[in-house]
Amino acid sequence: MSKPIALEMKNISKSFGSIQANKNVSLEVYHGEILAILGENGCGKTTLMNMIAGIYFPDEGQVLVDGKEVVIASPKDAFAHKIGMIHQHFKLVDVFTATENIILGVKEQAGYSRAEAEARVREITERYGFHMDPHKKIYEMSVSEKQTVEIIKVLYRNADILILDEPTAVLTPQETDVLFDVLRRMRDDGKSVIIITHKLHEVLALTDRVAVLRRGEHIGTVNTAEADESMLTEMMVGKKVSLNIARSEPQDPCDRLTVSHISCTGYEGVKLLDDVSFTAKSGEILGIAGIAGSGQRELLESIAGLQHLDSGEITYLDPKTGETVNLRDKTPLQIRELGVRLSFVPEDRLGMGLVGNMDIVDNMMLRSYRKGHSVFVDRKRPRDLAERIVESLEVVTPGVTTPVRRLSGGNVQKVLVGREIAASPKVLMVAYPVRGLDINSSYAIYNLLNKQKEAGTAIIFVGEDLDVLIELCDRIMVINSGRITGIVDGRTAVKEEIGLLMTGSIRKKGKKKAQKRVKGVRKPKPRNRPKNRKKRRKGGARR
Amino acid sequence: MNSTPVQNTSKPREPLFHIVKRPTIPLWKSWLIRAVAILAAFLVCGIITFLLVKRNPLDMYIAMFRGSFGSSRKIWKLVKDIAILLCISLAVTPAFRMKFWNIGAEGQVLVGCLATTACLFYLGGKVPDWCLILLMLVTALIAGAAWGVIPALFKAKWKTNETLFTLMMNYVATYLVAFFLLTWTPDGSSTLGRIEGVGMLPVLFGNAYVLIILVVAILTIAMYVYLNYTKHGYEISVVGESENTARYIGISVPKVIIRTMLVSGALCGLAGFLIVGGLDRTITTESAGGQGFTAIMVSWLAKFDPLVMILTSFLLIFLDQGAAQVAQDFNMSDAFPSIITGIILFFIIGCEFFINYKVVFRSAKKEGQA
Repeated sequence: MSKPIALEMKNISKSFGSIQANKNVSLEVYHGEILAILGENGCGKTTLMNMIAGIYFPDEGQVLVDGKEVVIASPKDAFAHKIGMIHQHFKLVDVFTATENIILGVKEQAGYSRAEAEARVREITERYGFHMDPHKKIYEMSVSEKQTVEIIKVLYRNADILILDEPTAVLTPQETDVLFDVLRRMRDDGKSVIIITHKLHEVLALTDRVAVLRRGEHIGTVNTAEADESMLTEMMVGKKVSLNIARSEPQDPCDRLTVSHISCTGYEGVKLLDDVSFTAKSGEILGIAGIAGSGQRELLESIAGLQHLDSGEITYLDPKTGETVNLRDKTPLQIRELGVRLSFVPEDRLGMGLVGNMDIVDNMMLRSYRKGHSVFVDRKRPRDLAERIVESLEVVTPGVTTPVRRLSGGNVQKVLVGREIAASPKVLMVAYPVRGLDINSSYAIYNLLNKQKEAGTAIIFVGEDLDVLIELCDRIMVINSGRITGIVDGRTAVKEEIGLLMTGSIRKKGKKKAQKRVKGVRKPKPRNRPKNRKKRRKGGARR
Repeated sequence: MNSTPVQNTSKPREPLFHIVKRPTIPLWKSWLIRAVAILAAFLVCGIITFLLVKRNPLDMYIAMFRGSFGSSRKIWKLVKDIAILLCISLAVTPAFRMKFWNIGAEGQVLVGCLATTACLFYLGGKVPDWCLILLMLVTALIAGAAWGVIPALFKAKWKTNETLFTLMMNYVATYLVAFFLLTWTPDGSSTLGRIEGVGMLPVLFGNAYVLIILVVAILTIAMYVYLNYTKHGYEISVVGESENTARYIGISVPKVIIRTMLVSGALCGLAGFLIVGGLDRTITTESAGGQGFTAIMVSWLAKFDPLVMILTSFLLIFLDQGAAQVAQDFNMSDAFPSIITGIILFFIIGCEFFINYKVVFRSAKKEGQA
């Protein structure tokens, strides 16, 4: 390549305890290119970039910037070498404006002039075509606006090498397109842009070259123009993977769970759910799409008896007796005692669905420990169940007495889903079930869901990857700021249409969303890390 | 490794050392680190003793040992002190497992002492002895439980901070005792004499301490079983690890908090009963003697495992008695035992860092490459 090398990594290794995060990775980045670092979750992409950004220090190896070896021991060092990273979790002061956040921490030689700073910020926004109001407060911003602030913050510090960690995880399809345009303009301006991702179609649409990591090792770098999806997948996974989800026709669906006009309010009087109505049917997967934090969690928790409702009804139709049971204002225990077979895989696996410090057996017991009148717990049956799940779902673990927090994300999820399915539910709610999982585990989970569907369970699936929702679900319900903006058929749905429904596309609603996020500050939710990668896109690259 | 040497002559400086998390460490290695830490601690103690009083450190170690094991009387005292401290430590442990930071054991023990003394004072000689002892025990349990459950109720209902609340309850207990002492001593001396002859706890095998030791031994095993093998114990662990998970599976978090603090407080009350009924036969505002706080350390050092607590309470009592002996023999002030105890605890707690992490220095090999 004729372009000069901006950054070079030589034989970088890093381990955390017994886990080797990166092993002998060597990689170059040129000026004026967009490079993708592609790999499954846990393959060491972020760790590698964190070493360049000064967050971690490599155990071995060298980093060269413009041909000179450098030591990057802190983010400050990274900036000194014109390297800036935009992390998945934004680091902004909520009550400050965009400009204030951007200039925060920059030492100006000639003293501090706000006007000058603003002029420079404006110059940057114009140059690369950002849309940003420099006087807007962070808490009034949407996620994509916040991301813009983060990017400008890095540019303001004169970064020539920008690293973006999963930048599209929190964006709608439309916002993603805008971001890509900006990134292309930066490349044309001679900057090096590195994006960390596991989404193949983004790689193909945006980048010039792709470096693939697998289990911490650099498998190879290819020119995007010469790559295609199946080849990249094979490099990532190490073997051929079929990327199709089987979707069967629902078998005589009948109403199982009816939600009518439920509303609930958060601490600051913000409506978390606003007049939500829908019906989940047996033998059907109902998808729920929406920007993270739009009320998905509250909706599932309302049904599970964890959220106090202001109004509305939730009724369960018992398939055996044909009776209806009102679930509103019931605790999870009462719901179970009513004989309602409701299982729930919450989004926060280790913080809600499981107890990280307990072993698999004790986690199995969560659902069943109350059985019987003895004051002692019975670990025999949970142990049997744990062994069954480990075997049938191929959970990789040293044993059933290993604390679940030591398992990898995919195995944690298998334990949780396995336990919830073991109760042979009539209604199964899953929130972001493949977040953080590798391709094989993701497909294992989709298969489990499909099996439950065929067994006649009504499944409610909250997802973030629209491609997967469209492939897996029979119907997709879109939620925006706690309101249902539409329900579309999964077989005919178009991604762009769902994207528009997700944003609500009306300005007034946007305002509401901003308020909601204030609340998000108080109670941050893990909202990044989407997973799941394979795309069945026929159109190929979108350039 | 197989990294290619760099041609650069001016090699940038790598940090002198960085800290790396250890993979899981074998059990023998973690105990080796702890043993080394204790050795190092004694070494430092020896050096400090030498610097302060110019005496042979070996003498000091011998004196320390004599303080605990020098005579059969000392050994009995050692075991008795361990029993009382262990009893209070066991009492605070269920709350700690639930991540309810009960630092009010001092007050809970003290009200247990107060209840026991009140029974002795008002009912001594008026009711049969077996009935008096039973009343002493029951009122002590109730008083301790009440002192423990008040912060729990507030925490469960209004999410008040239990650390501050239980701490404040200690002062209330202290002044409550001060008040009753004034009432009970007509001469205004606030010094209540020993109440002997009534409500005496049974003497087993000719030693008054045996009963206490026996009670605490049974309690230790019972607590181990309660925490690890019962549904209550399981609920306590779930609530402690994650309140969200508890809610998710339908455990009533307030109920568990209140129930656990009733148990925790009642056991502190039991300790109060043993202290007054079996040992002191009177009360002062210092009857708990700071053991409510020491117990927190015992419980933490043992990582909330009742069986390991036998070891940690032994360690603390041994240090305390040993250092007191050293101070006496070497003619030093009362502060000296605290210095020694502090140094040793610093090493023991500090070594946990080296069990979890290792320090990697700038390697000579890499330097050589430059």
